[in-house]
Amino acid sequence: MSFITGVGLTSFGRHEGSSTLDLMSRAAELALADAGLKRHDIDGVLCGYSTVQPHIMLATVFAEHFGIRPTYAHAVQVGGATGLAMTMLAHIIVQAGLAKHVLVVSGENRLTGQSRDAAILALAQVGHPDYEMPLGPTIPAYYGLVASRYMHQYSVTEEDLAEFAVLMRDHAADHPGAQFRDRITVADVMASKPVALPLKLLDCCPVSDGGAAFVISREPTSEAGVRIRGCAQAHTHQYVTTLPDFEQMGAAISLRRAAEQSGIAIGDVRYAGIYDSFTITLAMLLEELGLAGRGEAAARVRSGYFNRDGVVSLNTHGGLLSYGHCGVGGAMAHLVETQLQMTGRADNRQVKDASIALLHGDGGVLSSHVSMFLERVR
Amino acid sequence: MSGMPDWTTGAQTIVYQSCAACGAAQYFRRRFCAACGVPDPQDQCASGGGVVFAASLVVRAATPEARAHGPYSVVLIDADEGFRMMAHGDSELKIGDRVRAQYRRFTGRLVPYFTRTPQ
Repeated sequence: MSFITGVGLTSFGRHEGSSTLDLMSRAAELALADAGLKRHDIDGVLCGYSTVQPHIMLATVFAEHFGIRPTYAHAVQVGGATGLAMTMLAHIIVQAGLAKHVLVVSGENRLTGQSRDAAILALAQVGHPDYEMPLGPTIPAYYGLVASRYMHQYSVTEEDLAEFAVLMRDHAADHPGAQFRDRITVADVMASKPVALPLKLLDCCPVSDGGAAFVISREPTSEAGVRIRGCAQAHTHQYVTTLPDFEQMGAAISLRRAAEQSGIAIGDVRYAGIYDSFTITLAMLLEELGLAGRGEAAARVRSGYFNRDGVVSLNTHGGLLSYGHCGVGGAMAHLVETQLQMTGRADNRQVKDASIALLHGDGGVLSSHVSMFLERVR
Repeated sequence: MSGMPDWTTGAQTIVYQSCAACGAAQYFRRRFCAACGVPDPQDQCASGGGVVFAASLVVRAATPEARAHGPYSVVLIDADEGFRMMAHGDSELKIGDRVRAQYRRFTGRLVPYFTRTPQ
């Protein structure tokens, strides 16, 4: 068994003058305080990567900077799926008895630490160096390609996709830490600047500075516990060129494995934290995870199904699309918000029932997937 | 990648590999078949014909060199020989269109550029 005993999240947006280590440290301090632990209680450290400060030993660099001497530490790299992959590994580590309290931490000054071109270029490197990169693709282009095909195959419109941007913005409006909080309409999304059609600016998550951290422990450290019930991965391809058929994508595979392991069915889920780098990502993942039928996720958004007071509350902090995306920490914010909801600490965003939650992350171009079921225990 | 020259090395051809053991066609060349692991799949010249699988018009490029070309359409093409490839293409291409490869310059390199095949 393992528990998410503490969470920490900075605001996302501009943190002028803050380094990767600054943002990691700030988030880590918040998570430790939340868990009621001191630095010396932490015996495991897992961290992500920083495109601004690449390092071959980032976990050790962080541990020395933060002032801890863990018995287990290293970085993990699975693109956007890194946060949940680290959580899964921390779960395995504490279950195996290798550590009592694993600090999972990431942060990056991705917005102010480099030029926008440099950020876009660094991320586009997930493409094939010989057969894709010479064509000048960008991450939005990879997802634009996927979107064009998905829309064609399942009769999804650009207006349908816009609904997800509007919903995430509505949710972000109630979180003081979100990068973008001004409400938008479907018309605003449709009128936003073209980036990689069919995707427009408001279909894309922003680039942010920020940090996120949590502590995964063998035992709860407070009354309200959030337990990891089961988690699983699937890796089907790396490049958009080698994307499998939509019926054989990794999200459904990792979900099925996690569901088998945890004994939880998708119908039991009351809260969902789903990776949303682009509107198409969120639409596809919701449908592949079975939270909506094929081509039907937008209709569910319109009906309020994914609202804070809906059947399954979704990304109530605003997701990557509006809370922001600082790299690995971006998707970790989904888990931070989920833990707050499950422990009844989400302030004005609090949902009625977050007893069972599903987290899902994807890295690359829907390449690497991690699904995770959480359960509230008292 | 050694072997037959193709557009990635400046030649006006698209080359793929076919596996004698399992028959798989693969576009990213390597010294073994990624489907079955058998070594030395054979380099083959593709006809340049195919069907549009997906298309995205890139308006916000990542580099000044790419931006100088103005918006460009990145496409995924299902080649007649059974592999999928990324390329450039006419911006009016639609999914399902039959297309044929030409070649154009992009950021100082040769890239495959697909246009609709006259019906």
